[in-house]
Amino acid sequence: MSIYTRRRIANGVVMSLSVAATAFGLLWLVLVLWTLLENGIAAITPALFSQMTPPPGSAGGLLNAIFGSVVMTLIATLVGTPTGILAGTFLAEYSRGSRFGEVVRFINDILLSAPSIIVGLFVYELMVVRMGHFSAWAGSMALAIIVIPVVVRTTEDMLNLVPNALREAAAALGSPKWKVIVMVSYRAAIQGMVTGVMLAVARIAGETAPLLFTALNNQFWSTNLDAPMANLPVVIFQFAMSPYADWQVLAWGGALLITLTVLCLNIGARALASWSTFKQ
Amino acid sequence: MSPPQASARLAMPVVPSDPDVRDPQLVPGQKAVIRNVDFFYDTFRALKNISLSLHDKRVTAFIGPSGCGKSTLLRILNRIYELYPGQRATGEVLVDGENILAPGLDLNLLRAKIGMVFQKPTPFPMSIYDNIAFGIRLYERLTRPELDDRIEAALRRAALWDEVKDKLRQSGLGLSGGQQQRLCIARAVAVEPEILLLDEPASALDPLSTQRIEELIAELKDDYCIAIVTHNMQQAARSSDYTAFMYLGELIEFDETERIFTHPTQKQTEDYITGRFG
Repeated sequence: MSIYTRRRIANGVVMSLSVAATAFGLLWLVLVLWTLLENGIAAITPALFSQMTPPPGSAGGLLNAIFGSVVMTLIATLVGTPTGILAGTFLAEYSRGSRFGEVVRFINDILLSAPSIIVGLFVYELMVVRMGHFSAWAGSMALAIIVIPVVVRTTEDMLNLVPNALREAAAALGSPKWKVIVMVSYRAAIQGMVTGVMLAVARIAGETAPLLFTALNNQFWSTNLDAPMANLPVVIFQFAMSPYADWQVLAWGGALLITLTVLCLNIGARALASWSTFKQ
Repeated sequence: MSPPQASARLAMPVVPSDPDVRDPQLVPGQKAVIRNVDFFYDTFRALKNISLSLHDKRVTAFIGPSGCGKSTLLRILNRIYELYPGQRATGEVLVDGENILAPGLDLNLLRAKIGMVFQKPTPFPMSIYDNIAFGIRLYERLTRPELDDRIEAALRRAALWDEVKDKLRQSGLGLSGGQQQRLCIARAVAVEPEILLLDEPASALDPLSTQRIEELIAELKDDYCIAIVTHNMQQAARSSDYTAFMYLGELIEFDETERIFTHPTQKQTEDYITGRFG
């Protein structure tokens, strides 16, 4: 057998294996989405968005849970984004080659991959135990702690992609460092940084474990941030585990809602990232 | 450094040991005097005891093979190397009598006075207008019409105005390479520096754009002290008044461009400009 034929066969085998592995992965994703759609689509009704979580056996919706999720995600993003961007800026622009920067980067990477239930327990100890009750504030803080490392990482990565030549050019005009960062580095990296924030939001939108220990749940409409607050992941968890058929339908509806939201955020983030600044 | 000290320093003869660099009192219009400068990348000594001076309203070209230290020398003049830890320069660089290597010097003010254009065009990710306004706004507070005038003047200076006057609000990244480089030159001259450092400004450009840049240098030299690093010997011969030939971190020969290219005194210089090595 000639070398050429052997290569063609090897190529064919490797390609088939790769395609098979891809198909295997995609199959489960499609199955999950399909099951979700099949079971959840029936629950997507006007009532889902206009009524509160019901007691078993009566009609209702998820309004209080949707509201709670939106509020806590929003607060977590508002707290986590500036913190994450500033820390990422420190790592990329100020701590190059320094020992301290290395340590911060390492710790951030650990935090990035820390199980979210640990974050939940941490905030439980720190806030819930001291305040004596579960609260939306505690839930927001737990989510913020998950947002921060994601934003730190993407901000640093995106700033590292900004060519040094650009920083040199700005500095060569007599620009102070903070102005180089704000006017030039941020501008060059902004799309990637926004993408990072959107991915962080997508990540916390479905987090259940940290909320179980912090915001818990609330059967009723509540806008009090100092009290337990309903939220989609915990409601899904509770309703899906229940023996009541109507609760289970609502859980499917909530799951579909979160999935679609996360899907939209991811697509948005990708669209933004591909619309790149560096088209030279 | 206080003014009396500064003038005292200027009055001193500059590098009397080096016959190529004449006494500053005999040569009028010396803008920058480089004296016994060494440069280190960590422990690597990239420049060895460099001494020469740059004349006002003249173009000084730095030639030499890659890695000879000519770009490094240019980067000392606005201390842009300080962006990176581990790089340091020793010796003296007197600009108008003031040692710019002195510790405690305000680097931002220094760089506002000494403009630089880099090898690769570096337009900022903003509009053409804002690219130029960026530098001006750093040190001057102008009204809108004043700013408009300054930007038009800078773009005319860089021979770019006619090409971009209808799209000042569009991104600077949308211009061609040659246009981007002229935008960078416009940006550098807009802040009205005294010295202009050009680090291989045309090496990434096509012959036509290169020609335009060279014409530009010829015009700009009426107002500035220009230092240009180039790999292109014809370019050095065409556009400079003085030429410094460097090799392995040392200044081999420094003289009027005509002399360097017709009667070099050093064998190495002759070998390099005739293409026998480098």
